[in-house]
Amino acid sequence: MGKTPGKTLLDKPAVAPKPPEFNFSQRADSKQPQLPVRNMALKQHSILPGFGLTMGFTLFYLSLIVLIPLAGLLLKSATISWDQFYAAVTDPQVVASYKITFGASLVAASVNAVFGLAVAWVLVRYSFPGKNVIDAMVDLPFAMPTAVSGIALTALYAPNGWIGRWLDPLGIEVAYTQLGIMVALTFIGLPFVVRTLQPALEDLDVEIEEAAASLGATRLQTFVRVIFPAIMPALLTGFALAFARALGEYGSVVFISGNLPMKTQIVPLLIMTKLEQYNYAEAAAIAVVALGASFAVLLFINIMQWWSRRYAAA
Amino acid sequence: MISRPFVAFGLFSIALVSIAVIAGGCRQSADPNAVKILNVSYDPTRELYKEFNRGFAKHWARQSGQTLDVRMSHGGSGKQARSVIDGLEADVVTLALAYDVDAIQRKAGLMPKDWRSRLPNNSAPYTSTIVFLVRKGNPRGIKDWNDLVKPDVSVITPNPKTSGGARWNYLAAWGYMLKRELGDLSKLHDPKSADAVAKANEKAKEFVKEIFQHVKVLDTGARSSTMTFVQRGIGDVLLAWENEAFLSIHELGPDKFEIVVPSISILAEPSVAVVDKVAERHGTRAMAEAYLKHLYSPKGQALAAKHYYRPRNAEGVPEEYMKRFPKIELFTVLEVFGGWEKAQAEHFNDGGVFDQIYKP
Repeated sequence: MGKTPGKTLLDKPAVAPKPPEFNFSQRADSKQPQLPVRNMALKQHSILPGFGLTMGFTLFYLSLIVLIPLAGLLLKSATISWDQFYAAVTDPQVVASYKITFGASLVAASVNAVFGLAVAWVLVRYSFPGKNVIDAMVDLPFAMPTAVSGIALTALYAPNGWIGRWLDPLGIEVAYTQLGIMVALTFIGLPFVVRTLQPALEDLDVEIEEAAASLGATRLQTFVRVIFPAIMPALLTGFALAFARALGEYGSVVFISGNLPMKTQIVPLLIMTKLEQYNYAEAAAIAVVALGASFAVLLFINIMQWWSRRYAAA
Repeated sequence: MISRPFVAFGLFSIALVSIAVIAGGCRQSADPNAVKILNVSYDPTRELYKEFNRGFAKHWARQSGQTLDVRMSHGGSGKQARSVIDGLEADVVTLALAYDVDAIQRKAGLMPKDWRSRLPNNSAPYTSTIVFLVRKGNPRGIKDWNDLVKPDVSVITPNPKTSGGARWNYLAAWGYMLKRELGDLSKLHDPKSADAVAKANEKAKEFVKEIFQHVKVLDTGARSSTMTFVQRGIGDVLLAWENEAFLSIHELGPDKFEIVVPSISILAEPSVAVVDKVAERHGTRAMAEAYLKHLYSPKGQALAAKHYYRPRNAEGVPEEYMKRFPKIELFTVLEVFGGWEKAQAEHFNDGGVFDQIYKP
């Protein structure tokens, strides 16, 4: 962006804009419109109403949408004694479903991290006919009602389905097994990885790769030492989003999983069965443990991200 | 500059107020002669109530001059009951089992305790039972409950924890074993044969456990199980509501599936009730009551039979519908399990017999 001409100079003595954190992340020939840079954003009025109102609204909105429901959840789970809470969340069926949900979500998010990176790479680096269509297709798992995708995937992967009938003779069962859960979770998680990686890849200059090559780096070295550190934070964000989304997924999984206790029963379904018995407190207890575990995982990923960003900047 | 936030806030409030006014206006602008009631029902009644509502609206227009709009909500029976408890404004409920109506009564007190005796036949205007749906030609030779545990037979039923229909399946299998062990179900109430009854219950538990070891897919509701069996081609036998089994055959052609009627099964009594507190608040009590009573009229009974529910009163029901229903020995939940409250606590609640089946 550089120094801005025009009005700002008349208003105030120009202050040199802060240098961007990583130089390569901003293209010199950026086609973005050049907006006047203002450093003292808090004092000057901007397009949106001032800091006081927006911050107030942010807090109000977050409380209404996130904090109050979560507080309600905690309160509900507090209506049972500690012993009951412990018994509810350590029941073998519940423990098995935690393992299944976290395991399948982890696998699905990892698969998406690898193949989502490939998809994002192709979409950013190459241009080919039909690119826009493929780009739009990435969003489909977002837009589809999850029950529809669950039914569609089950129809495809059932032993009499289009894909299932070829896998069945090989002894590979997808629908109604844990593999089916992973397939459904991979499907719904894909856009999260692709959409968070795309901007990061767009910011990456081809010149840097050329520079690396001219300095004698192999292709693998260029990827591992140059590209990967730069996109690592975005990749981790995408992974975390896909993982978090998978943990809570209910609609698509119940159709393809078979829902057998101890084998293919996911945490959200177990919560549903507790609700079905009007056992709100134990349902909340299971949810609180799941929430705590996913919070821990997300926190861990955030720390890794912070660490990798420092590594990338260094 | 200072006024900016205020302007924005003002605009925001105006927007909120106008939304509220528009929303409020919609509610009140309705024609006083047009009334709406909401019937909260379970999954397989869609087709029945679609036709019944049309007929009843005509009947009501003739009787009172009001245009009646009956809206429907369908879903798993337990989930529907929970919605009503949590505040879904149902004027009437037509659910899969009395236990779910009892739950509404107990948890939210929306109707008196004696709701069951307010209408004839335990407030169940039509009944059904549990039968087997098998693939054409019955390749596995399934004739009765004990054939379900033959090696390699795979069974499809929904999960009794989430599906009312599945609870009927489970209890029907249990009752079959009791009958086989005891010879006569009336022994259940004879104190002299208490030992034999305890033994028979042990056997029944083993039997039901064995059946569930043959279950490949436990869907959350009766409809999903039907889809798994019919469209995905999973399993050799589907334990299904009789009406649901007939519907599958009707929809998909008799060349693909056939119904097998076991030697004994359970009398499934789907219960209906007016939700007093809601109907009174809406001022719809009269039509809600008339609506449910109409189910007992010859027209209502004929419609139930047309949609494969067994009518309570065959009078006035066309013979072509009646001859669909095979004779079968049926027992009730009250006779064999001492009522839903007890059956639920013993079998389906957490730590109950069903959970023990899946204990590792």
